[in-house]
Amino acid sequence: MAGPSIDALGQFSLTTGLGPIGRALNFTNSNEAMLAAAVIIVVLFAIGLKAKALVPGRIQALVEVLYEFVHRMCVDTIGEEGKRFFPLVFTIFSFILLGNLIGLFPYFFAFTSHIAVTLALALFVFVFSTGVGFYTHGFGFLKFFVPEGVPGWLLPLLIPIEIISYLSRPVSLSVRLFANMTAGHVMWEVFAGFMLLLTAGLGVFGAIASIVPLGLNVALAALELLVAGLQAYVFAILTCLYLHDAVHMH
Amino acid sequence: MRRLSTALLLALVPSVALADGEMPQMDFSNPLTLDQVSWMAVILVVLYLVLARWGLPQIGKVLENRAAIIARDLAAARAAKQEADRAVALLTATLSSARANAQAEVAKAVADAKADAAAKAAALSAALDAKLAESEARIDAARNAAMAAIKPVASEAAGEMLLKLTGSVPAQEELVRCVEDALAVRKAA
Repeated sequence: MAGPSIDALGQFSLTTGLGPIGRALNFTNSNEAMLAAAVIIVVLFAIGLKAKALVPGRIQALVEVLYEFVHRMCVDTIGEEGKRFFPLVFTIFSFILLGNLIGLFPYFFAFTSHIAVTLALALFVFVFSTGVGFYTHGFGFLKFFVPEGVPGWLLPLLIPIEIISYLSRPVSLSVRLFANMTAGHVMWEVFAGFMLLLTAGLGVFGAIASIVPLGLNVALAALELLVAGLQAYVFAILTCLYLHDAVHMH
Repeated sequence: MRRLSTALLLALVPSVALADGEMPQMDFSNPLTLDQVSWMAVILVVLYLVLARWGLPQIGKVLENRAAIIARDLAAARAAKQEADRAVALLTATLSSARANAQAEVAKAVADAKADAAAKAAALSAALDAKLAESEARIDAARNAAMAAIKPVASEAAGEMLLKLTGSVPAQEELVRCVEDALAVRKAA
């Protein structure tokens, strides 16, 4: 193929970041983005907490809105016990949200598009909520896999189904986030690549025709902004749901 | 839209993207793929500790503080409103009692004035009646006096006329009686 080609997946390849130190410690470019996300969150809190005003300024209002949003999500979904898990859910939510958002900027790495990252997060949520279930109910938590009000002869069929659906939670949780972020970024890259291919192949007419993929990318940018917020919310609310199951067993 | 973009991706990926090679996300032979997870664990633990120990409790305190202040102000406003309501009720009661008092005063004044006027009118008419009666009595007395004075003159004139006409004079008592009868008849007529 002559001229430029579309390398839609190159944006996901891992390199080391932070110069020689990163090379020595295997600190990757995705870790750079994670660090940036964490630093942005902490800086937002630092600015928002500077005044502690009765009538908040912009940054304080932003931090308060985030706090109340996640806090309400925890209490509404898990119940009063949700307050104990609130810092954890907030950390996960803000980390994924900031990761999704800064991944939308050029030259920033979208670490939530890596299945290893999302699977690690999902496995942590899975193991943690299962641990909470056993911690709260002891071995009685195993009754969670026995659906209520079902005739006994169906149980040998239903219990394996329940267990399989429970075990598939981390898979669906991680693949949902990973696939959404990957798909969006690949689409972007592909349409941008179309613009180069059109210009290289058709000259001036191709450059004018490139306005179509450019417009599509503008629309995609809006969609990706929505997806970035939505997927972070979905991850957090499912975390809350799993914790609810662990605490209440139904 | 998401489903559409996913479908588009599925249509495009085999022809365009995967033509260049495998997805870096699936390349688990690259040590960086798993090493990023360890570093993420470090970053997340630090972030969790910072948020849970430092950031979130302070935001929670700010929000609690604001809720408390709002609740306090609302309670104060409610108390002030009750106070105002009470004052308004007091004002209304005072106003209505004052109005009732004033109406009673006015009614009493009107009644007094009416009674006064009636008494004065009665006194006046009594005085007038008395004067009238007195006048009538005086008139009667004058008339009676006049009548009494006319009787001897009339009987004398009648005696003279009878003397001239007949030449004889009846007894004095009879003459007086006839004259009285005639006067009575005249008076009755």
